Amino acid sequence: MSARRPPWGRLGALLGYVAVFIALPVLALGVAALRDPAAWLRALVAPEAVSAIVLTVVITLAAALIGVIAGTAGGLVLVRAPLPGRRLLDAVVDLPLALSPVMIGLAFLLLVGRGGTLRPLLDAVGLEIAFAPLGVLVGTLFVTLPFTVREVAVVLEAIGTSEEEAAATLGARPGQIFWLVTLPNLRHALLGGALLTVARSLGEFGAVLVLGGAIAGRTSTATTHIHLAIESRDMPGAIGVSVLLAAASIAVVGLLRRPGSH
Amino acid sequence: MAPPVAPVARPPWAVTAAFLTFVGLLVVAPLVALVVHGVAAGPAAFAAALQRPTAVHALLLTLGLGLLTTVINGIAGLGVAWALVRWEFPGRGLLERLVELPLAVPTLVAGVLIVALYGPQGVFGPTLEGLGLQIVYARPALLLALLFITFPFGVRAVEPALRELDPAEEQAAWTLGATRAQAFRMVTLPALAPALAAGAVQIFARCVAEFGAVALVSGNVPGETLTATVYLLGEVEAGDTQAAAAVSLLLLGVALTLQPLSRRLAAAAGRP
Repeated sequence: MSARRPPWGRLGALLGYVAVFIALPVLALGVAALRDPAAWLRALVAPEAVSAIVLTVVITLAAALIGVIAGTAGGLVLVRAPLPGRRLLDAVVDLPLALSPVMIGLAFLLLVGRGGTLRPLLDAVGLEIAFAPLGVLVGTLFVTLPFTVREVAVVLEAIGTSEEEAAATLGARPGQIFWLVTLPNLRHALLGGALLTVARSLGEFGAVLVLGGAIAGRTSTATTHIHLAIESRDMPGAIGVSVLLAAASIAVVGLLRRPGSH
Repeated sequence: MAPPVAPVARPPWAVTAAFLTFVGLLVVAPLVALVVHGVAAGPAAFAAALQRPTAVHALLLTLGLGLLTTVINGIAGLGVAWALVRWEFPGRGLLERLVELPLAVPTLVAGVLIVALYGPQGVFGPTLEGLGLQIVYARPALLLALLFITFPFGVRAVEPALRELDPAEEQAAWTLGATRAQAFRMVTLPALAPALAAGAVQIFARCVAEFGAVALVSGNVPGETLTATVYLLGEVEAGDTQAAAAVSLLLLGVALTLQPLSRRLAAAAGRP
């Protein structure tokens, strides 16, 4: 590599940009957190904050678990199923990455909200989605759908099917092939997909706000709790949960970047 | 075209059916509902919803912020990628981490960072107030939030392409009498163009779709700081789903145009 001495003026300008627009805001959260730790720690253990954090943890774990199952199935279907219109399915799976979460929340409300198309059916079976915890899960599942599917699909494309064919030749049954050959090969992909899902679920805001309704003690999540705190100019309330959320998210993304985990 | 998959490795049809149902209910059904709802009231109502002054302003503000962010972070991204690949300097490892940082912070928290820095109770809040400058709950905060969130996209799009690029080509241009600036403009920049364009499309698409960070710092001033997605939330909360669906369809159209474009550009830049 031909790394060489930089023109210091231009380098200084670039580093200045990064310092002012990226590093400084992050430091500001640290300064705000250190200024009055007692205030935000108190805000962090308030009942509304605790229930919001608990809901976020539960939804995140559920989304990761469902993501692993759906991702395994989805990866196998995308790469290995003899399916007409596979490219269309490929594009549909990626759609959530491109759409604004508020729009997703609205789209679901039109289906399951008051007067929604599916509402009579849901009422008949007693399933509550709009402005209910299940809605928070549905919104989160939508935005995290592509992550595990993509990770699994990339690995399946790369490794091919020769190991499965060898196992079959040796007399393995389809179930054995899946559990003993295919699934172990997907270990890292599933872990990576689950971590991406966790990171995204922790920070998801728009879809859960619209679909869940941010009802305190019921559908309020860590992010909607922060939003409410900022709207009511309650800085300590926002700082506490933000510090927790940022730390958790940075830790999860850090795990993803670790060599060997990917 | 990939070779046919050995039957033994294919998923059982039940798994295929289950996954298609899952995607159908989770992705296709709500989007179909959105499209149907948006066009159900007829083209006149659709056009009227998009012509409301607050809607027009929100869309123009989103467009303007998106373009400005794309230009600034496109240039900054190229510069930082260049520094990371080509230059040796103390603190390069730290810079590499800082580039990744915005990706690890939830975008709503990015909004909190801007408020914690420039807000009324923020670090610079009192100073700015003394100067009579308002940043938070005004347009500058929207730009600051979008610059923070989209900063990694430009760097990450250009960096791999720059690593692939052989500096010998540039050096050859120098040898042939080109100045450094000419060599950059005529050799390096064209080679990086697809990567740079891919980064730009990603930045712009993100600006249009972003909600959390802008919702937090915008302060909801109609005709002033309402971006398209924040306007959308207001209409949903006011129960005007027809107007919200109309704006959504427009944003959906933008997203569906930009996504394949971004894929194609990334492929042209030599990445999968």
